[in-house]
Amino acid sequence: MEKVFGRPNSLRNVATHYCPGCGHGIAHRLICEVVDELNIRERVIAVAPVGCAVIAYDYWDFDCSEAAHGRALAVATAIKRVHPETVVFTYQGDGDLAAIGTNETIHAANRGENLSVVFINNAIYGMTGGQMAPTTLLGQKTATTPSGRQAGSAGFPLKISEMLASLAGVYSVERASLHAPQEIVRAKKAIKQAFINQMENKGFSLVEVLSPCPTYWGMSPKEALDWIKDALIKEFPLGKLK
Amino acid sequence: MGRIAVDKDKCKGCLLCASVCPKEAIITDSGLNKMGIKAVKPKEGADCSGCAMCALICPECCITVYK
Repeated sequence: MEKVFGRPNSLRNVATHYCPGCGHGIAHRLICEVVDELNIRERVIAVAPVGCAVIAYDYWDFDCSEAAHGRALAVATAIKRVHPETVVFTYQGDGDLAAIGTNETIHAANRGENLSVVFINNAIYGMTGGQMAPTTLLGQKTATTPSGRQAGSAGFPLKISEMLASLAGVYSVERASLHAPQEIVRAKKAIKQAFINQMENKGFSLVEVLSPCPTYWGMSPKEALDWIKDALIKEFPLGKLK
Repeated sequence: MGRIAVDKDKCKGCLLCASVCPKEAIITDSGLNKMGIKAVKPKEGADCSGCAMCALICPECCITVYK
């Protein structure tokens, strides 16, 4: 028998700190598979976020930098401009990219920086204890919306990918999900394309990845995948936005 | 025919692999791993096809698939 699936070379052989059933581990692996397939391990530089994935550099076996909360795209802009031969990507959650970092996100996109962005949307703040995120669904219970998010006091789920797709400087925006094996394959294709876009100097490419957070959604890992399919996708439809 | 190998000390027992396995070929181990978690293991005599659905969805990347 021959090996048909195993750990990618650029994913360190260690256990992660993530909760059981968390989507970060899958997303980390997809990025490593793409880095290996494109043979860019010596050229790639990741910018890690603040959030649950803050120590992603402990798992990725290639160059990484950390950025202050929300500032990953500002740091990535500097790295890419100083080292244009590198392949630079940011890995950011909804709190990092769509809340505290909205400013940096919009302006990096509007400038058309030649970067790739992997945006992990789990509709909640994981690291800080399950508070409402900008992407939290209406009616979704969180630590700060115990009876469910109400539009009157907390506004509506922020569709930042749709917003970014409307900017002239943005080359590509796609939304994928991790709720089933076939969707994971599609998510990997989207991430790979975002990297290829950068290598072909096409400009700013973002892949939003809907990812489960069983712990703070108060669900089992399997229920969390079903909730993505039944609820999250209805608010954040999958596919190519630009 | 296929076969999987589970790196059980990295497994967190989320059971997503078992939930997507079309052959119901993955079960929970009776013992605990280094993290004190009941990891998964391949079911003896199961008809694994080597489709790798389990490995695709494993958040810990602790399943290797042979075919």
